[in-house]
Amino acid sequence: MTDLVFETADRLFRDAVDKDLLDAAEAGTFPRELWRAVAETGLVEAFADPETGIADAGAVLRAAGRHAVPLPIAETLLARRLLQRAGLDAPEGPLALAPADPRDRAAFVEGRAMGTYYGVAWGGDAAALVLLADGEVLVADPVRTRIEPGRSLAGEPRDTITIDGPVLAHAPAPTDVAGLRLEGAWARSLMMLGAMETVLDVAVTYANDRVQFGRPIGKQQSIQHQLALMAEEVAASSVAARLATERLDGPEAFLAVAAAKIRCGEAAGKAAEYAHQVMGAIGFTHEHTLHHFTRRLWTWRDEYGRESDWSIELGRYVASVGADGLWPWLTRA
Amino acid sequence: MTALRFDPTNLPPETAALRQEVRRFLAEERARGSWSPRGDFGTHPDPAFSRLIGARGWIGMTWPRAYGGHERSGLERYVVTEELLVSGAPVTAHWIADRQSGPLILRVGTEAQKQRFLPRIARGEIFFCIGMSEPDSGSDLVSIRTRGTKVDGGWRITGRKVWTSNAHISDYAITLVRTGPPEPDRHSGLSQFILDLKAPGVSIRPIRNLAGHHDFNEMVLDDVFLADDLLIGQPGDGWKQVTSELAFERSGPERFLSTYRLLAALVEQGGYDPDDRMAEQTGRFVAHLWALRGMSLSIAGMLQAGEAPNLEAACVKDLGNSFERAIPEVARLVAPTVPLPVPGANDDFAAIQAEAVLNAPSITLRGGTREILRGIIARGLGLR
Ligand SMILES: Cc1cc2nc3c(=O)[nH]c(=O)nc-3n(C[C@H](O)[C@H](O)[C@H](O)COP(=O)(O)OP(=O)(O)OC[C@H]3O[C@@H](n4cnc5c(N)ncnc54)[C@H](O)[C@@H]3O)c2cc1C
Repeated sequence: MTDLVFETADRLFRDAVDKDLLDAAEAGTFPRELWRAVAETGLVEAFADPETGIADAGAVLRAAGRHAVPLPIAETLLARRLLQRAGLDAPEGPLALAPADPRDRAAFVEGRAMGTYYGVAWGGDAAALVLLADGEVLVADPVRTRIEPGRSLAGEPRDTITIDGPVLAHAPAPTDVAGLRLEGAWARSLMMLGAMETVLDVAVTYANDRVQFGRPIGKQQSIQHQLALMAEEVAASSVAARLATERLDGPEAFLAVAAAKIRCGEAAGKAAEYAHQVMGAIGFTHEHTLHHFTRRLWTWRDEYGRESDWSIELGRYVASVGADGLWPWLTRA
Repeated sequence: MTALRFDPTNLPPETAALRQEVRRFLAEERARGSWSPRGDFGTHPDPAFSRLIGARGWIGMTWPRAYGGHERSGLERYVVTEELLVSGAPVTAHWIADRQSGPLILRVGTEAQKQRFLPRIARGEIFFCIGMSEPDSGSDLVSIRTRGTKVDGGWRITGRKVWTSNAHISDYAITLVRTGPPEPDRHSGLSQFILDLKAPGVSIRPIRNLAGHHDFNEMVLDDVFLADDLLIGQPGDGWKQVTSELAFERSGPERFLSTYRLLAALVEQGGYDPDDRMAEQTGRFVAHLWALRGMSLSIAGMLQAGEAPNLEAACVKDLGNSFERAIPEVARLVAPTVPLPVPGANDDFAAIQAEAVLNAPSITLRGGTREILRGIIARGLGLR
């Protein structure tokens, strides 16, 4: 089932997302038609199946990363999951999800939401905003909020949203800000994995094609070793991301997701560095597609907690488990 | 481009009980004084302890009962080995026979060889080492010069082997020898022998390493006679035999756990309320360890399913070795003490640290250097 979901998403994105679409999205045109195709295929409802939902959603996210899909896929998936668990109806269309930033402060008092959310992905393009405040899940109409547009390193919308008024719907939240951050970190890990797979592919192909000193640069050991290291990073990320997917609803979600975000985030930086070194100046141009992936890697590794943030949290948890408890904990999880 | 594949593997439930059994055994034996972790690096040899392990059925676990094995699964073996390694138990003496020599005999040995060697290996009574490297042949193993000449009833072997770990405590060395011309290609004409280390003409000399320990040796083979029944596999098949089990040799928990004791000790140094600097480092290491173990287990599952994930195994070894080497490098920066050798100390943090720093260079050399592994992966990516 999950393999089929991945193939469906991968095919749809491969056919639809090209350089022109990515450039247009970055220039501010929301790819409506692509969204319609995604919605029709049911990809943003991947969580719905209680048995395979998490694995299916993970497959969609990895495929989205692979093709640098400029849509709030992760946000819509996670927002729909949140609404479903809160017993609220999910509005049609792309959804924005907040808070994504630990600085966010918001309150919900007597039916009114008040506060500011930073770095909201596609806040200005979303059909509805799905928010957490004071232990409630809120569905808000973007028209009734103030939206200051912003951009990520990858040129994707990351907006600041200020809300002060009534909401469309609300219900007690099934999770808290930390729980949402955990799911966001999981989603970004899978997206990074997908993007890294493409970056590796692009760099290996280039190394075999590009000739200098009379032979492909891929014959040079130093280039080979950088690509081998990149492949190792991708491999470690793929396993860390899978372990997190298997445990997202389990008792060891914190360990598995923290490890995935740390491992994939670290790998993302390395993969981007190696790829750009191997590709030379052409990889540094706007014309080449590589940067659509590497700029996303640089963005995603910082979102929902950097490697340093998760490492400190994990390290503190390890300290509470203790040196003697560490191995039993790792082998139980 | 060949994609690296890491299939999901989850340990079957019955391994949980086995894991507890190993932990209980180690705790009881330690209380009884049969063993204790030493301040030294990874693990160390102790023939008496190996016999205890053999008696428990934890050597040759996956081999047929007919040869003294226990017909357990590869994943059960995995659980036992990782528990033994993490505890710092002295498993060195039987390690190579269990991981490498026994499986080789099982795969290509004659019926008589299987009967003769395997039950004694499984009982922890005889130990093996590996005689491959020579003074002029390291990474380029095919270039070895130790020669074997066919004579009546056997072979005469002459040459020099170096870096032979634990030859001084072993009974046999699986030894790679040139027995024929390098034709049609240079990988041809090599053969493997079960070299009896007590045979006339074998002399073993210690080579002290920079940490001051005697772990590896030089073996001089001066016209050593080996009977026909000590040739293992077919003459000329040596290279094929050496390379066919690399996934087993490069993906196990010993490829990322050799400085685990230092990591655990570092966690202890940090206490219940570590500062951010310490927490960030131990947390990061645990994330890496978690991913590495997942990769290694995945390979164990694929091996059990009869696959040969050689590229994936090279990945685990290279990443795992880098992880092992990073731990002492970071520990010295965040720990309150600097590495200091303390002779005879078991649990002293500075001593564990010192051993890790001094032994670190060997990690990325033994069992295939980092550069060789990366070359293998690059070839797998379609770059060579
Ligand atoms: C602790 C320890 C235990 C060992 N135990 C055993 C044992 O029990 N039995 C046994 O047979 N051997 C053993 N070895 C030997 C080990 O297998 C060799 O050290 C290893 O194969 C490398 O060979 P070398 O040391 O001769 O280095 P070399 O092959 O001379 O290499 C030196 C350096 O050059 C690099 N290099 C070589 N060729 C290339 C290339 N083509 N491209 C790029 N770089 C290259 C290497 O990676 C390395 O960095 C042991 C080694 C150690 C350190």
